[in-house]
Amino acid sequence: MLRFFAIRLCRALLTIALVVTFAFIVLRLSGDPALMIMGPEAPPEVIEAFRKAWGLDHPIWVQYLDYFKAIGQGELGRSMRDGRPAIQLVLERIPATLALTIPAFLVKVLLGIPAGIYAALHRGSAIDRAVMITAVAGFTVPSFVLALLLVLIFAVQLGWLPSGGQESWRHAILPIVTLGFGGAAVLARFTRSAMLEILGQPYIRTASAKGVPWRRVITDHALPNAAIPTVTILGFMVGSLIAGAVVVESVFSWPGVGRLLVVAVANRDLAVVQCILLLVAMTMVTSNLIVDFLYGLLDPRLRSKGAAA
Amino acid sequence: MAPLVSISGLQVAFDGTQVLHGIDLDIAKGEAVGLVGESGSGKSVTWLAALGLLPAKAKVAGSATLDGRELIGADGKVLDQVRGRRIAMIFQDPASALNPVLTIRRQLCESLGLHRGLRGEAARVEALRLLDLVGIPDANRRLSAYPHEFSGGQVQRIMIAMALAGQPDLLIADEPTTALDATIQAQILDLLAAVRREFNMAMVLISHDLGVVAENCDRVCVMYAGRIVERAPATRLFDDPWHPYAQGLIGALPPLDGARRRLQAIPGTVPDPRALPSGCAFAPRCAHVGDGCHARVPPLAPVELDRAVACLRPQRLPVELAAE
Repeated sequence: MLRFFAIRLCRALLTIALVVTFAFIVLRLSGDPALMIMGPEAPPEVIEAFRKAWGLDHPIWVQYLDYFKAIGQGELGRSMRDGRPAIQLVLERIPATLALTIPAFLVKVLLGIPAGIYAALHRGSAIDRAVMITAVAGFTVPSFVLALLLVLIFAVQLGWLPSGGQESWRHAILPIVTLGFGGAAVLARFTRSAMLEILGQPYIRTASAKGVPWRRVITDHALPNAAIPTVTILGFMVGSLIAGAVVVESVFSWPGVGRLLVVAVANRDLAVVQCILLLVAMTMVTSNLIVDFLYGLLDPRLRSKGAAA
Repeated sequence: MAPLVSISGLQVAFDGTQVLHGIDLDIAKGEAVGLVGESGSGKSVTWLAALGLLPAKAKVAGSATLDGRELIGADGKVLDQVRGRRIAMIFQDPASALNPVLTIRRQLCESLGLHRGLRGEAARVEALRLLDLVGIPDANRRLSAYPHEFSGGQVQRIMIAMALAGQPDLLIADEPTTALDATIQAQILDLLAAVRREFNMAMVLISHDLGVVAENCDRVCVMYAGRIVERAPATRLFDDPWHPYAQGLIGALPPLDGARRRLQAIPGTVPDPRALPSGCAFAPRCAHVGDGCHARVPPLAPVELDRAVACLRPQRLPVELAAE
């Protein structure tokens, strides 16, 4: 078991290193932060001084090694715009983002999973079709379109809710609905198909043949099995709690991590972008580890395989 | 004596395709009846329909009664009292017939709780006794194991233990040994025979293997394309089949003793239920087909006191061929 987790942990660290490396290279090849931040009209001496100050005059592999050395010492760099530590900038924004993504996550789970189960149990019924049409709409319509549609209806036409900003809890409603709806749609479809597959399994028939009442066949026999594939999707959703709201935050001018990322990328504020990506990679990897652990908890077949490995 | 289970005129259709064309079958208390036929002949569907275990899209008509109480179209609550408690069923593929995420104890004790009201320690003790009865070694330790930790034969033993948990009057064994090795097959069949004697339980053994059925059953019904085509005491059917299809099945069995002979195959294949030939469904493959065979479906008619054949031109095999 220890070995199993040691291997997973090494793999996780490697994943994070790859993400950071990729981001490092792409960011440096795709634009010059000195030009972006100082502006194209800045005199060449100023640009040169800026490059020197931030170490951008070194060859890229030297910068790369320096970057990793700094990470090793817990130093994630400073923002090139205001000189503050990048990590501080990012951490400041996290509560605002979580204020959207956590309620949205609850909406996804509390709406998507029951809808999927209900649709599977009433396959072919009018409600099943309604759920599926809504679900298809939910994940084919891009979130910015849905966001604008909601703004149009509830902010512009009805005037019930504000269209952007972060002043009160009412400002959070539309972004949460936008985020939650798409995720609920994905979960509903996924839960439905997982349920349908499980309901066709011979052991469900065995349970019925034993005289287990249908309701208990669902709760005791079908749901624990359907939970296994559903956990995978939930893992992705937990992993995107920090960076899953980039588009929605931008549309609703919500000052979260997502908007910080957009601004930082536009400015080539390297340390901030890398800091966010590192954080995102870490949450993704952590949630994957949790999912692996949950698999073992939910599926005894994997548990004994893990113990043997 | 009134039969324990009485099925009459049982019909099943899936998406408008008739797969069961009116089955009449009585099961007496304590007797063992075999159902044989190729896959798709309706052996399993008959019992899944009687117990209300077919998917909702299946259209079931006719009657199946247990002690005179109708099961077809019965309320879910009524069926839950019958399933497992009066009529238990075990299935072909033991590996997928048990819930993979629940321990053996959970699955056994579930039945014991439902049908015998046993909970906690009492249920555990009874579960142990049942596992011991069906020959699971070291039952105490293995009670907390999961299905994937057992071999196929062991899982089938556990299925049998689970079926016995409700102390049923009738056990439907749907191809219980098909997925198992030959040596394990014999052990499972012996186990079934032993528990049947011990519990004085009736059994329906569904199999495509005529040999298995002949050895373990009192009576045999041969099914073809959704109908029973011959019903006879097991030994008599084996020695002296009347229906050309039954003859074909027996002709395809290797003889246990005597000279080796070429096995006879039945020409052709089982007809598609969506495009059954007119008249007798076996006629296109039958060596003795005559003029009338394509005109109408032969009814299952008694030919002797305890046997019936659905054939317009039943053939007795010449004595020397039958004995060969």
